[in-house]
Amino acid sequence: MNVMVTDPVQQGADDGRISDEVILKVDNISLSFGGVKAIQNVSFDVKRGEVRAIIGPNGAGKTSMLNCINGFYHPQQGTITYKGTARKQMKPHIAATQGIARTFQNVALFRGMSTLDNIMSGRTLKMKANLFWQMLRTGPAENEEIEHRKFVEKIIDFLEIQDIRRTPVGRLPYGLQKRVELGRALTMEPTLLLLDEPMAGMNLEEKRDMSRFIIDANEQLGTTVALIEHDMGVVMDLSDRVLVLDHGQMIADGTPDEVQANQAVIDAYLGVAHE
Amino acid sequence: MSEAQTSRPLEADFDTIPKLLLRNAKRFADRPACRVKDLGIWQTFTWSEVRDQVRDLSIGLHSLGIERGQTIAIAGDNLPRLYWTFTATQALGAIPVPVYQDSVADEMAYVLEHAGVTVAVVENQEQVDKLLSISDQVPLLQHIVYSDPRGLVKYDHTHLHSYEALQKLGAEQAAANAQLDDWWLGEINATTGDDTSVMLYTSGTTGRPKGVILSGTNFVRTAANANRFDKLNETDEIIAYLPMAWVGDHIFSYAQAFEAGFCVACPESPSTAVSDRREIGPTFFFAPPRLFEAQLTDIQVRMQDAGWFKRMMFDNCLKIAKRCGEKILEGRFVNPYDRLMYFFGNILVYGPLRNQLGFSRLRVGYTAGEAIGPEIFSFYRSLGINLKQLYGQTEASVYVTMQPDGEIYPDTVGKPAPEVEIEIADNGEVMFRSPGVFKEYYKNPEGTAETKTPDGWVHSGDAGFIDGRGHLVIIDRAKDVGKLNDGSVFAPKYIENKLKFYPEIGEAVVVGDGRDYAGAMINIDMNSVSSWAERNNVIYASYQELADHPEVYEMIRRRIVEMNVDLAKEDRMKGSQIKRFLVLHKELDADDGELTRTLKIRRAFVADRYGPFIESLYDGSARAQISTEMTFEDGRKGIIEGDVRVEDVSAPANVPVQEAAE
Repeated sequence: MNVMVTDPVQQGADDGRISDEVILKVDNISLSFGGVKAIQNVSFDVKRGEVRAIIGPNGAGKTSMLNCINGFYHPQQGTITYKGTARKQMKPHIAATQGIARTFQNVALFRGMSTLDNIMSGRTLKMKANLFWQMLRTGPAENEEIEHRKFVEKIIDFLEIQDIRRTPVGRLPYGLQKRVELGRALTMEPTLLLLDEPMAGMNLEEKRDMSRFIIDANEQLGTTVALIEHDMGVVMDLSDRVLVLDHGQMIADGTPDEVQANQAVIDAYLGVAHE
Repeated sequence: MSEAQTSRPLEADFDTIPKLLLRNAKRFADRPACRVKDLGIWQTFTWSEVRDQVRDLSIGLHSLGIERGQTIAIAGDNLPRLYWTFTATQALGAIPVPVYQDSVADEMAYVLEHAGVTVAVVENQEQVDKLLSISDQVPLLQHIVYSDPRGLVKYDHTHLHSYEALQKLGAEQAAANAQLDDWWLGEINATTGDDTSVMLYTSGTTGRPKGVILSGTNFVRTAANANRFDKLNETDEIIAYLPMAWVGDHIFSYAQAFEAGFCVACPESPSTAVSDRREIGPTFFFAPPRLFEAQLTDIQVRMQDAGWFKRMMFDNCLKIAKRCGEKILEGRFVNPYDRLMYFFGNILVYGPLRNQLGFSRLRVGYTAGEAIGPEIFSFYRSLGINLKQLYGQTEASVYVTMQPDGEIYPDTVGKPAPEVEIEIADNGEVMFRSPGVFKEYYKNPEGTAETKTPDGWVHSGDAGFIDGRGHLVIIDRAKDVGKLNDGSVFAPKYIENKLKFYPEIGEAVVVGDGRDYAGAMINIDMNSVSSWAERNNVIYASYQELADHPEVYEMIRRRIVEMNVDLAKEDRMKGSQIKRFLVLHKELDADDGELTRTLKIRRAFVADRYGPFIESLYDGSARAQISTEMTFEDGRKGIIEGDVRVEDVSAPANVPVQEAAE
């Protein structure tokens, strides 16, 4: 008798992870820099609990889109509705305090600081003690630091980077720096996590690790993820829905299977001439 | 030694590990029994807490149907929970079977099936997945218990249990029924020292692993003797980082800890073991020579990158240490000037270095398994680290010989350990008899009969002799010792060890039995050679490319010449000088079956796989080709093609000893 054969649940199956609540809705966004139209009339939404991918060839407007969502760029047209509040444009501090965290295409860490301090910096917004106590590092500031440190340690454990806790991030290989950056974003306890090419420049093993962490963040921490990625294998495996941009316009939106079968997407990637 | 024995007599009442646990829970109730680093903070458990943890787990395991005599597999990194699983299992009279956590699915399936395991307690998802993948080969396996729930939440939990839930179940049952505690104590007392305590699978240089059955008495007596030999007591501390399936870890960080009542610290993760060791500062430590070599290489590499002042200070202090460090450690006479210089050196270099290595509090450190380079051995000792050698085997519950304080010679493995008798058979094989000698191999009476004589003597399989000082010297595996065509003795491992003492050489396979001369296949040491490449602007993309570099070949050739010069001085071995060599295109790896899990060469396998290479060492060809099958850790296979150069060593066969080229 063989009683042990059980299939672990596959990612992408309907496992109660995703709710119907639309956490972010982007309506008819347009963004241009002078004559360059970076984004034209793009609309899409992100549901709570899902992994949403944004793909497209170089210059398609993917990073601009993330920058609009977290308020770094201000679109000329359209509205961004986040957690039920519609805004013409997002402001960075609102995005940060309301639970939008992100990582960058080019790692943006404090290179001279240790992994621990870098990740700890993700808690800055949650620190309440005033400058006086913080300078003395006692009283309320001390208690608060212990609480935050505890949370940061959980993230370090989660990402399995205990051995580089004290290492200055400038000395770490690129793949690990990316992981530290993810850690910093996760310590903000984000509702919505924006990942800009989390796997760019990684080798196969590092990609596998990173995919694992993104899935775990989504499943176990319940973080909603919107990610830009070029590795199609990764995108198709990880995401629940995929938005495809090309030249600032939306050319497809749907499940990985639908998108893969879409002729416009195939054309965009294989490079059919644009009129 | 006799003094220590009278102060702490052997205790016949406590002949199993669970009985020692009960004793410690009373005697050392509030002393630390183990520590584990969790979320960056060391968490400590006292002996009385451990007793409760173990009891709850025992009852939990019993509720899964574990009965006396059944086997439980344990796989994972060193964790208190897994050590407690050993004790909880033994308390029920069941038998723990630790499995190497990095073994591939096939190897694990063999052990689990052979041992008839019904329950497996493992660390995390990785091990659970592995077990699920082999579940159809292990029909008896009914339940899997995991410690770390990460990633496992959505698995079907019909036959999968979390450690925490199981232990909680046990605690609740114990709380609800006061008689359960008595029942548990009864189960412990019903087990005697003659009953099987643990089953350890030896990695085996040939064929399938063998299950070595060891009793409670084996471990308790051996541990007690070893503790008294080195005067270890409840104030000592060790860091557990060696594989739990290896007999060494089972005696150092389990049996000896329970016998003496000392504290076992488990690192946060395998990759933090070094920094955790520094934080803990163990007083008792074991590591294979490999680790000491790697550490020394690391120190040297880092010193080369240091500024000139630090480098000068380091070099000068090491010179002083080399001159008098060992004498000071052994309490011999040293002239006052040297003593003063050593004192300053201790403040400036040795102390900080010991601290960096985590050896500040070390009272005794051991190494064994392979020969350690005399320079490496002396280096550590001259820093004031009491590093010693021992000789041991799974079949002996480790200790066969140990070096007593004050009688340390790099070329011997010491004198017989307490209560151990040693004899050298006519064919040169070392034989021993002791209270630690194993009961039998599981389901393998032929194997048992081959290894163990009816009156308890064990064939060690190693060739060696007792030297004039009464110390044992090991030459090689008895079956590997051969002859060259000119009739001179050929002991491959002896030569390989000499080669491996050079920092550039990571691994070496020497062949020559039944041939005209000896030839060598070399693995370069990536750490050391890549650092050299960086300093000399040698560009390479992979191990393969670096290994094939002409300058690397030249470097290796120079080392072999040096070694040949050295060998020429030894009457017994001078015939075995190496005449031709090649540098292998890949590192020998346990996953590819070329090394055992304890990283010893599997000669027959290597000879078979690298047959064309070995032929090329003798037929004079300049190149040799081969295609090697690789197994990745997840079980997939791939082919890697090898094409290597074979070169002659311009051997100074019997020329007068000359200064080695550098």
